[in-house]
Amino acid sequence: MAKVPEIELMFQGTTACPGCGAGNAMRYLLKALGKNTIINIPACCWAVIPGVYPSRNLDIPLLYNAFEATGAASSGVRAALNAKGVDPREITVVGFAGDGGTADIGIQALSGCVERGTDTIQVMYDNEAYMNTGIQRSGETPYGAWTTTTPVGSKQAWKKAPKKNMMEIMNAHGIPYAVTMSIAYPELMIEKIQKAKDILGPKFVHIYAPCPTGWRSNPSDTVELARLAVDTCVFPLYEIENGVYNVYKKPKKKVPVKDYLKIQGRFRHLPEEEVERIQKNVDLEWEKLLKKVKFTKE
Amino acid sequence: MKSEVRIMTKEEVYRIVIDPKDHRDVPLTFITDCPSYLMTKTGSWRTLRPIVDNEKCIKCGICWKFCPDVSIHVKDDGAEVDYEFCKGCGICAKECPVDAIIMEKEEDYV
Repeated sequence: MAKVPEIELMFQGTTACPGCGAGNAMRYLLKALGKNTIINIPACCWAVIPGVYPSRNLDIPLLYNAFEATGAASSGVRAALNAKGVDPREITVVGFAGDGGTADIGIQALSGCVERGTDTIQVMYDNEAYMNTGIQRSGETPYGAWTTTTPVGSKQAWKKAPKKNMMEIMNAHGIPYAVTMSIAYPELMIEKIQKAKDILGPKFVHIYAPCPTGWRSNPSDTVELARLAVDTCVFPLYEIENGVYNVYKKPKKKVPVKDYLKIQGRFRHLPEEEVERIQKNVDLEWEKLLKKVKFTKE
Repeated sequence: MKSEVRIMTKEEVYRIVIDPKDHRDVPLTFITDCPSYLMTKTGSWRTLRPIVDNEKCIKCGICWKFCPDVSIHVKDDGAEVDYEFCKGCGICAKECPVDAIIMEKEEDYV
């Protein structure tokens, strides 16, 4: 297992909320990729976290782009590097977008980038809503969650649609490498990012980054939540390499989803039968994933 | 191809960023010459303060690994918190395997 490198390319003085999962997501990503990286960021939490002029927070070149353009901007950066004759193995181009900038608003640019086969790493750090603008629902918000646009109170209008499965969407593009990872396992994260770095072509990375502000959880529970999401199989850690599935971190003992839901305020309103429904759905998805692993390995 | 970025001095940060008298004080410069640690001191956000008991510390580095603000470092004589930047989230105290870090109210220290 890879050790967490000492190098720090993310400085202190970020304006992230206390206990931010996205902060660690960027920190580990840059530790794994090193200094020869160009990153581009659309409107998302990470557009705010580096701070205001003239502050810089990352020790690498950073390009801000429009919300829907991460994939296109990554393709542009790569095309410019190719035109200058830079070896693709020398510089890594990363598109670092939130779940809105990847799964909802940015999906057409991402789809185009992957379809063209551009050599980039497209990262989705998933905090399961538009947290930067004030906790509005996104395609990645899970079933049953409260957000400001799916309110609970006199009307129990929690989110009724399931979470969008970006890994399957990316797999349908025939992507060479797609992987999910969690900030609770930095060593595994670094190992998998370094693996992605060495593969030519488009790569998709789905990082699970809990948000204490939007999930109404205690800031100190961020890592615990990320770990519980893996142990309850709500967010399984797996990779798809040219269509072949592999679960690289199986929970030792499957924990009931209830334990994961009860430490988050955004699921507080859910009645018992809804919790059971979520549990059933999680079990079904986990079984499906294991079958996919079995089917594709043969 | 390689160009070194000059880092602002503390006086320049104060004159240009914190207390500019006039818009003419703000230079047309690269956006990259003021690292965030010179101007954003996030330690003032803290409501809980981590206190390390270095007698118990086993120097495993887990607190350093999980700190989202890179504000705790493990040195030879134990873990040391950088109170200038620590936001007091408490992840270090929660993840510490030997409970060497406890969170206390910040108001008792101000």
